Amino acid sequence: MDVLHAFTRPLLDWHALAPELTLLAFGTLITIVDIIWDERSKQIMPTLAGVGLLATLVPILTLAVDGTERSMFGGAYVVDDFSLVVKALFLISGYVVVLMSIDYIREGDYYENEYYTLMLTSLLGMVMMSSSRDLISIFVALELLSIPAYMLAAWRKGGPRSNEAGLKYYLMGVFASAVMLYGMSLVYGLAGSTTLDAIAQELGSGPSNPVAILGILFVLIGFAFKVSAVPFHTWAPDTYEGAPTPVTAFLAVASKTAGMVALIQLVFVAFLGRDDVIQPFFWLISVLTMTVGNLIALRQTNIVRLLAYSGIAQGGFMLVPFAVAADAPARAIEAVVIYLAIYAFMNLGAFTVVLAVARKTRSGEIDSYGGLFQYAPGLAVAMTIFLAALAGIPPAGGWFAKFGLFRALLDAGGGWAAGLGVIVAINTVIAFAYYARVLMQMWFQPAPNDDERPIVVTGALGAALVVTLVATMAFGVLPGLVGHFGDVSVLSALGG
Amino acid sequence: MEATGFDTWVVSLVVFLPLVGALAIMMIPKAYEAEVKLVALGSSLTALIIGLYITIQFDYGSAGDLQFVVDKGWIDVINSRYIVGLDGLSLPLLLLSLVTVPLCLIYSWNHVPEPGNTKAFFVLLLILSTGMNGTFVAQDMILFFVFFEVVLLPMYFLIGVWGGEDRRYASLKFFLYTLFGSALMIISFLALFFLSKDSSGELLRTFDMRVLTDVAGAGIIKSTQVWIFAGLFMGFGIKVPMFPFHTWLPDAHTQAPTVGSVILAAVLLKLGTYGFVRIAIPFLPEAAISWAPWIGLLAVIGIIYGALGCLAQNDMKRLIAFSSVAHMGFVMLGIATLTDFGINAAVFGMVAHGMITGMLFFIAGSVKERYHTLEISRLGGLLKSAPRMGWILGFASMASLGLPGLAGFWGEFPVILAAYNPGAGMPEETFRTYMVIAAVGTVLAAGYLLWLYQRTAFGEPPEEFADHEIADVNRFEWIAWTPLLVGIALFGVWPNLIFNLTDDVVAGITASVEAIAAGG
Repeated sequence: MDVLHAFTRPLLDWHALAPELTLLAFGTLITIVDIIWDERSKQIMPTLAGVGLLATLVPILTLAVDGTERSMFGGAYVVDDFSLVVKALFLISGYVVVLMSIDYIREGDYYENEYYTLMLTSLLGMVMMSSSRDLISIFVALELLSIPAYMLAAWRKGGPRSNEAGLKYYLMGVFASAVMLYGMSLVYGLAGSTTLDAIAQELGSGPSNPVAILGILFVLIGFAFKVSAVPFHTWAPDTYEGAPTPVTAFLAVASKTAGMVALIQLVFVAFLGRDDVIQPFFWLISVLTMTVGNLIALRQTNIVRLLAYSGIAQGGFMLVPFAVAADAPARAIEAVVIYLAIYAFMNLGAFTVVLAVARKTRSGEIDSYGGLFQYAPGLAVAMTIFLAALAGIPPAGGWFAKFGLFRALLDAGGGWAAGLGVIVAINTVIAFAYYARVLMQMWFQPAPNDDERPIVVTGALGAALVVTLVATMAFGVLPGLVGHFGDVSVLSALGG
Repeated sequence: MEATGFDTWVVSLVVFLPLVGALAIMMIPKAYEAEVKLVALGSSLTALIIGLYITIQFDYGSAGDLQFVVDKGWIDVINSRYIVGLDGLSLPLLLLSLVTVPLCLIYSWNHVPEPGNTKAFFVLLLILSTGMNGTFVAQDMILFFVFFEVVLLPMYFLIGVWGGEDRRYASLKFFLYTLFGSALMIISFLALFFLSKDSSGELLRTFDMRVLTDVAGAGIIKSTQVWIFAGLFMGFGIKVPMFPFHTWLPDAHTQAPTVGSVILAAVLLKLGTYGFVRIAIPFLPEAAISWAPWIGLLAVIGIIYGALGCLAQNDMKRLIAFSSVAHMGFVMLGIATLTDFGINAAVFGMVAHGMITGMLFFIAGSVKERYHTLEISRLGGLLKSAPRMGWILGFASMASLGLPGLAGFWGEFPVILAAYNPGAGMPEETFRTYMVIAAVGTVLAAGYLLWLYQRTAFGEPPEEFADHEIADVNRFEWIAWTPLLVGIALFGVWPNLIFNLTDDVVAGITASVEAIAAGG
């Protein structure tokens, strides 16, 4: 307990903190510009936000080139290859979401400047999450990324659904935080430290301890809410449907990724020795999540709700490698990171098409996609590629993500892992059944009311489409691109 | 044999030229229909010409070895490589695929089925072509898997957009069945990757199909082999399709547009049987021996079930579809014997079935176009109203029922012979029973095909079509059909054209099976 009394100023590695500081600077800049220029500033806000995100990539690149692993605050904040890869992923997803938001937010008569400030703040939380190797910094990062997200979900404050979305998300999120904090307090009580390394040493071995099991379970359940794993998913569909569509995309991709990143750090760094808890927990929860998500998705008639449930099911797929965390840790991390990267692009792409189509049809019903192939073949083909990717059909990107799962499972070996593999296979088939419903509407059905006016794709949406489309196809044809990042991130997280 | 110079490119060109054509067409505006067609035909014909170049340059003396091999890095992180190459087993099937696609393009030249849109139709056919060609030359399991899957979406859309009344149901059923199979298949591929060992017991960790053929499952215990084989069986067996996974096939065939049915019958089904011969049996010979009697059982059930199904049909296309189930049963029975004779005949059967059934579906499409129905009870007198087409239907039916002198014969008769004396370590009585059942199947085949021919071609043209002008075979049909008709006759009288090619490869496969049987 000497630490408490003898305070020494912690060493600050400014280079390591440069991404966070850049992001913070741009977030602040947006607010200041807003105050000074007021109305006139609206035009440049999205640009400023986009530039801020891209500028933040610069220090990440320099850190990656530098390559040394940096650790601060007694191991609570680590900058290694794993964190850099996911930071870059957050920023690029954030950039695509900004592109998707520009027209939606501008035309919707909403607060523009605050929107981007909150989005950058939330991204700051995610970027911090990537480096957090300590219960407290994880918690701080989680709240920093969640609280702006609650507000973003309720952005259309005139609409009751958006308010419902925000409120539900908020209440569930706070509840999850409470459960998690209780779990963290139990873990801290046993380990005597909040850093993940120390927890690993204290909890990793020795006989099973009910308090430890309870603590670990509560922490994991807290994040299970965050990644909308069944049975903690109930907030997701309503929130996704009610929130503004770009925000939904943001929640479905960036926020879920953040939860997964936290889980990776907790499971692979802190709790890896307790495979008696994590293996059955994740086996069960991943099976539940993908199966229930898929089965409910089959019944959806609204495209956003369908993507919401598909997102839940995809989250279930991502949880699969955790079930073999102890047997094949390197493969498992790799599989999750690869899945996250590919998922980000294919899902954001699907949401971009939804936004583009909704600009014409003003509807989120799947029925409104009829005849899309006739009057907007480009969008129809793009959507086909994204849905094929989500379903895991080569050569669109998603197959490699699914492949990574199977690879991790079979590397671990054994009947339970193989059984999980078969369940994943069956779920892949179920998932295609509902993606196919959208495909059928687009390709096989006539346009509703014979309304074949073409769709105008704005520049920003077009750019978002190009980015996501190129990434989705590139990951499918040359999976080595993303595989490399998976490979890189393995070594560091396990080494730490 | 590593290729050098221009030869390093030929196989990749054959695979990717159609895709390049498809991408080029996407850039052409829809209104320029003539250009779209020319680019499509041009790219597929160029691929065919390069395919013929390969056929000429192919070293027939060592047909058992892979030739024109290219081995380049692809996905390093999982140790999967871009390996393509072909041997005597790949070549005939690759040619079949290369020939079929331009014929289908020509057949659809001026009448893309409802709702039109030549551009999209041709783009999908070309993408399909890339997937099919690629599957037959891929020598890396992941590459094979990717090509194997590439065919799914284009075929799904071909059925779903241009198909008949029930197209939505049929296309989805087709897709879900095959997707389920391939999901299990990839699990098996990965199991092979992780478990295969070389002779010194080192883990190989490779997707290279050449290496896995060489080690032939050594180091994987038998019970595991049997499970891995089960995954492969699901992947390939659904594609073939084998009883009881065949139910997607009649629906898909009936609803698909004509060229969709042709490609499905001519090439797509062969991806499954090819997978058995190329992957399942050589990689896991020990499991193959345990599985073979069961595969044989499902095969003969398929033969009889398909034939009985045919007898019950009143729709010409559906009848041909069920006859596919029966014919693929013969192919699978040949494979299940695990003998030189049987597997050679099976490969021959694949090519023959591809040409003959492709031809039958072409005719069915043309009949549908003229009569606007395929109800056999409403048809009749084809020989009178369109004599040339009537004769061609007769020719194709005779070939299909296995008339000696035509290609169909060599895919069936040797299979039945081979079942009399199955490979080492397999139950003789069982296979002899299968032989008898399969022989009954040929009789039934003669029955349903002759009955079909009698009902559609003989007699007077029915009254309801008396006022209709039933056009005979037109120019595009002649161009599209002649190569198939010539092929059916040529391979019928000169079967060694194919047997000589395939024999070396098959001998290699059966040798490793025999070695296992002798050792175990």
